[in-house]
Amino acid sequence: MEANIAVPTDKKETWGGGGARPFGASYGKMMMWFFILSDALTFSGFLAAYGLTRFKFIDSWPIADEVFTHVPFVHGDYPMIYVAIMTFILIFSSVTMVLAVDAGHQMKKNKVAWYMFATIIGGIIFVGSQAWEWNTFINGTYGAVKTTDGKVLQFVKDGKQIALADFVTGDRTDALETHNRTNGLWWESGETVSTYSVDQVVNAYKANPAIQVRTELIDLDKKQKTILSREKGAAELAKAKLVVEGANLEVNEYGNTIFADFFFFITGFHGFHVLSGIVINIIIFFNVILGTYERRGHYEMVEKVGLYWHFVDLVWVFVFTFFYLV
Amino acid sequence: MAHAQESNTKRIWIVFGILSIITLVEVYLGIIKPEALHLHGPGTSWLNWIFIILTLAKAYGIAWVFMHLEGEKKWFRRSIVWSAVFLIIYLVTLLLIEGGYLYDTLSPLVNW
Repeated sequence: MEANIAVPTDKKETWGGGGARPFGASYGKMMMWFFILSDALTFSGFLAAYGLTRFKFIDSWPIADEVFTHVPFVHGDYPMIYVAIMTFILIFSSVTMVLAVDAGHQMKKNKVAWYMFATIIGGIIFVGSQAWEWNTFINGTYGAVKTTDGKVLQFVKDGKQIALADFVTGDRTDALETHNRTNGLWWESGETVSTYSVDQVVNAYKANPAIQVRTELIDLDKKQKTILSREKGAAELAKAKLVVEGANLEVNEYGNTIFADFFFFITGFHGFHVLSGIVINIIIFFNVILGTYERRGHYEMVEKVGLYWHFVDLVWVFVFTFFYLV
Repeated sequence: MAHAQESNTKRIWIVFGILSIITLVEVYLGIIKPEALHLHGPGTSWLNWIFIILTLAKAYGIAWVFMHLEGEKKWFRRSIVWSAVFLIIYLVTLLLIEGGYLYDTLSPLVNW
């Protein structure tokens, strides 16, 4: 064994590089940095793939302002506001984290614990907000119709998008119901049946001259979705095959299916990072309270989880820009 | 950790203030979308360039101050930042060019 090991094994800290500090950084901190580097490349892969797909569908990509318009407990259209609040929460939790690291440098145990606690709370609020975002996104707001050639048609009145429920009346004429565990075979459930049938939507459109159809196609001069004339709208609706409410991995009411796929993958991957960050922060928080680092003589562990936490914030800054702003 | 004793609290709050202001500016521009910026610009709109530059500024603030890259040894910092910047620019450039090519090739086949 001896011959294969460069660092003597009789020391206690051998696993940590035996006290060797290349570039003046400890083993743990350096490895945290290189992990962050590789993780940053993973996220870059996701965001670059998003960019490729968006460029591929540059004339029909959903407009983020029209998708993310909700704020909890408030009715109405507030594009961007809630994501901005989430961004603030995450940046603020980054600040409390860096204050914890700072307090650690001064060996102030209680301060470190309180700042770590604030960081954890901020992280939990952020993950909760993201769960709420997902829920809103999955349930959808307006509903739309998908055609046989894969286009998503939305409905507008006076230039503003309106929900199917606002102009389609009555129950489904074909009396179909979603088969779930309570109303059918208890060991299985069937596909979701939309609130309205395709025929109902088409008839409601024909009956109400104020309603127009909006396609995914973006008018590149105005950067707005194209609204069709009544006749063209009827022609497009003739190809309707599916009423879409909300979003999942296969279909979504906002437009391109792959937009929803990227939303779930990128924010989901980021949310998972936040979640694991919270768990790690909680572990370190208890170590702080138990006095582990006080006895060790330094709070470098807080610094290392801090790096991870800041990284999560850093990624969110980019996700925020490329998913919601650009 | 040679400078272990000193406190950077004030600086941290200043950076937080700057990051907050940048975010507010981004959100404000994202909501009002001034036409002159939103509809014109080289490659993409001016507005998008502003967002990208502000994002990089935020990333710099987080990495340099919060993650304390400014205090690391020069070549340790470079081994991280240069690797990331080079590989990301490389990847993004290729993928965006390919995305544009896919659009040029496939969009004439879509019948709106």
